[in-house]
Formats: sequence, structure tokens, C-alpha cells
Amino acid sequence: MGFKEIGISFLQRREVSVTLILASVMTIFYCIQPRFLSPSNMSVLLRITPELGIVALGVTLLMIGGEFDLSVGSVFGFAPLVMASLLNLGTNTWLAFAIVLIMCMIIGAVQGVITVKTGIPSFITTLGGMLIWRGVALVITGGHPLYFNPSSDFSYIFTGKILPFIHAQLIIFLILLITLQFLLERTKFGNWIYGVGGNKDAAEAAGINIKYVKVILFIICSTLAGLGGIIQSTRFGQAMPNQGSGLEFDAIAAAVIGGTSLFGGVGTLIGTMLGEFLCRIIENGLIIIRAPSYYFRLYIGIIIIAAVIGNLYIQRRTLKLR
Amino acid sequence: MPTPLVEMINIHKWFGRVHALKGVDFSVNNREIVGLVGDNGAGKSTLIKILSGLYPPDKGKILFEGREVHFKSPKDAMRLGIETVYQDLMVVPYLNVYRNVFLGRELEKKIGPLKVLDIIRMKTEVKRLFGELHLEVASIDSPVETLSGGQRQAVVIARAMYFKTRLLILDEPTNNLSIKEAKRVLEMVKSLKQAGISCIFITHNLHHVYPIADRIVVLNRGVKVADLPKAETTIEEIERLIISG
Repeated sequence: MGFKEIGISFLQRREVSVTLILASVMTIFYCIQPRFLSPSNMSVLLRITPELGIVALGVTLLMIGGEFDLSVGSVFGFAPLVMASLLNLGTNTWLAFAIVLIMCMIIGAVQGVITVKTGIPSFITTLGGMLIWRGVALVITGGHPLYFNPSSDFSYIFTGKILPFIHAQLIIFLILLITLQFLLERTKFGNWIYGVGGNKDAAEAAGINIKYVKVILFIICSTLAGLGGIIQSTRFGQAMPNQGSGLEFDAIAAAVIGGTSLFGGVGTLIGTMLGEFLCRIIENGLIIIRAPSYYFRLYIGIIIIAAVIGNLYIQRRTLKLR
Repeated sequence: MPTPLVEMINIHKWFGRVHALKGVDFSVNNREIVGLVGDNGAGKSTLIKILSGLYPPDKGKILFEGREVHFKSPKDAMRLGIETVYQDLMVVPYLNVYRNVFLGRELEKKIGPLKVLDIIRMKTEVKRLFGELHLEVASIDSPVETLSGGQRQAVVIARAMYFKTRLLILDEPTNNLSIKEAKRVLEMVKSLKQAGISCIFITHNLHHVYPIADRIVVLNRGVKVADLPKAETTIEEIERLIISG
């Protein structure tokens, strides 16, 4: 492979524009306030990114498969609330954790089955789910936070400090990232996900059970949302009824910034990780340079549009280079 | 006379009050290329969708190698080796060539307890198939969306060849292709025949199907109006039959 081919194959990766944006944003923040890259600040970033990143991984898989899940933010809030209630009743931490994960799987399965059986857009099914699970959370708690007090081994495994700057949630996130990326790129099921999202009819004609693939993706997505919420609650020591609100759009934004297509069939989890990291860096960088935090959404909005235009532009250019 | 590979007998199909097929008999022999022609709305697509398992016939039966079969879905037809390539080419645009060829029937290898895609073997097989079809492969790593129409057609045909297809149904395979590419697709169909695969070639461009077909079947308004070995007919005669029935 010559220099040109390596260049082209790099530019063909859809993560290119997010990588470039990430590098420039980090440089800008560093120039304004060098403390941005200090170990203590990086440590903060590496603690808060994983719990939201885990959710974005599931959302990305589902989007590659051609569907949306708007309920992830609500499940992110609802799952730790249920777990907190179980803990308050004296349930064993690990048993409570298992029950809640199974509950999340069922939530995903129900939303998935309704979507594929009725043929209504998942946007609608999960918009319903978003309101329902948030509503249930508010009803259960009356709007008040609950103490979230799992056993100490549980806290250590999910949020403990493993090494200086490295917390357990980062390791969990990386393991999930690698496993799911492997699933996507190197297994039959991964090929089916791209096939179902890229051309539903072709996938069906090739004998793939597209309903099965989609329901599995909905289950993965809800389960990861619940897991993310539980990790956040473990870190905070409480479960809040409004926890994770707005997260559904943050997760979609991270995926899209990282190169995932809204129309399905295209995307990678590495891209989503970079997208998620970019969002958190902007949020954190604005605080470090003491800009009013209200700027956050404004910049994310600009960056979503810039990243997508960047992807499109780079793609057209690489096609011409050949 | 040997048993035909596929025989459709007295096939009827209604869509509401429209009688789309009115008792059509249709057969394909082993190693035979049958041109299925007719004007728009003649019933070509309906007949083929019944044979590929997308619709059940309202009346009539289908025999495969002399035995009666009932298709509940395209999967049942595929299991017998009947593959259909639709007009709007069934490929996944963003997936690369070998992932498309093996979509739904991926080759796997075992690493410990894990089953993973055998990418090296899939690539070698695709290169071999393309060699047999005398095709230059641009790059089997590029997404199919970057290929030309003829190359996409080749991807689908390679797929049919690999999976031991007995009967390949091509729905308007030369539509929207350049003259050069259409010619190449016709050559591919001929090499399929040499590989022992029968073919139904649906088209309304008689000049494409005539040179390669062994037999030509003409449908007109849901009725079979002609079923002639090519040697016994001419393009002019078939053209007249398509129009007047």
C-alpha cells in the first residue's frame, strides 16, 4: 500500500471529521486555559464520560440497524430507581442488579416487539416509552430522590478507583466498546445489523430475520441504558427521578457526530466514543474556561451540523481521489 | 422427455377483482435459459413472485423435479435453490462486495468458543467466483454503492453461483445498464448455464434475451400466448405476439 492508498483509506473512515474536530477543540481549550489538560481535569472527564458513553453505544447499534430509541434517558433514570427501591427493601445488591437488568431487557423487548409487529416507527414507540418510564419514575418517587446504597463490592466493581485516574466505569465502558465493535465487524450478527439497516429488503431477501435482529438490538439498547443509569447512581449515591433526561438526544448527537447515519446501515462504535468524548469535552472545557454553562447546547448544536457536513465533504472528496 | 427442473401448472392469481394470471403453464428444464417476455402488466412479475415464494398462487400447482412443492416464503424457494434477483437489485449499498455476496449466509470460523466471520475465506471465494465469471474486480473491499450497475449485477450473480443455485430468476437484469455492461451480464448468464444453472430471464428488451435464450415464453394480459424454442421463431414474430397476443 502506497502513501496515497493509506491516506484514502484513512479518509474513508467516517470517524475522520470527529477526530479532527476533537483535536482542534482540545487545542483551543488548552490554549485558553492550560489547566484543561491537567491530570485532575482529565480524571474528571474519564469518570463522567463512560456512564453516558455506554448508553450511546446501544443507541448507535440500534441506529445502524435502522431504528431509534428515545426512551434511553428515561430507562437511565428508571432502572436505578427500581434498584434503589429493591435495596431499600433489603434485597441483596447483586440480586437487585440482576432483576433490574432483566427488567431493562423486557422493556427493550416490549418496545422492539411492538415496533416490528405493528410496523409503526420506533421513533413513536420509544417516544411513548420515554414518557411512560419517566412517568412511572415520578409516580413511584413522588419526584423525590432515593438513596442508592449498594454493597461496597458492587460500588468498587462499577465505580472504584482501579489505578490513578482510571476508574472502574472506564474499564467497563472500554470492554463493552471492544466487545460490541467486535460483534459489529467480525460476526454474522454484525453483518446482519448493517444489512438490515442498509437495505431492509435485501436483508430479507437474503433470508435474514429482520424482526429478530431489531428486537435483539432494542434489548441491548435498553439494557445498556439501565446499566449506565445504575453506574451514575452508584457514583452519586442516589437515584433521581429526572436522572438522564435529555440523554436520548445527547446519545443520538454523539452517534451522529461520530459518523453514524440517521438512515441506518452506517456507523461505528469508535466514532460514537469519539463523539461522546467530544460532547463531554465541550461541556467540561466551557466550565474550565469559565464560560456560562448555557453555551453548552449551543456549541453542541453547531458541532453536530459541522461534523455531518465534514463527513459528507470528506466522502465526496475521497470518491474523486480514486 | 426428461422431467423439467420446475413446472408451474395452471397458475391463477387474483388481486382483488384483477385476474392477473389466467391459468398459466410454465416450465424450465435443467441447464436451460428461458426468456420470459411481455409488455408491462402482462403478468411476468406476478408469475415470478409466485415461483420465488413471495405470493402463493390462488389456484394451480408448482412441481420441483417432479414433486409438488408449497412455498410459504422466499426462504422455502431458496432452500430448493431458486434464487431471484429483483429489478431494484437486492444489495446493501454500504456493505463491501464480499459482505454482500455472503449476506445472510456468512462463512464463519471458530476461535475457541466464539464463531467469527472468516473474512479471508470469503475474500478468496469471491475472487475465485469473479474469476469464473471473467470479471475484473475493482476492489472487493469497496462498498457496493461505489460500483457500476453491471458490477452490482455481478455481485448478485456471484452470490447465486456460490450458493449452488439450481434456478436463477433475473428480473430485468439489463435495465439501466450501458450497452457494454449489458453485454457483460449476458455473458455471465451464459457462463451460469455452463456451470449447470438454469435461468429465467425477464425483460422487455427482446434484443437482449434473444441471443442467449434457449426458449422464449410470451405472456399477454395474464395468458401465455407463446412458448417457442428459439430455433423455431424470429424476433419479429415474438414482437408481434407481445403486442397483439
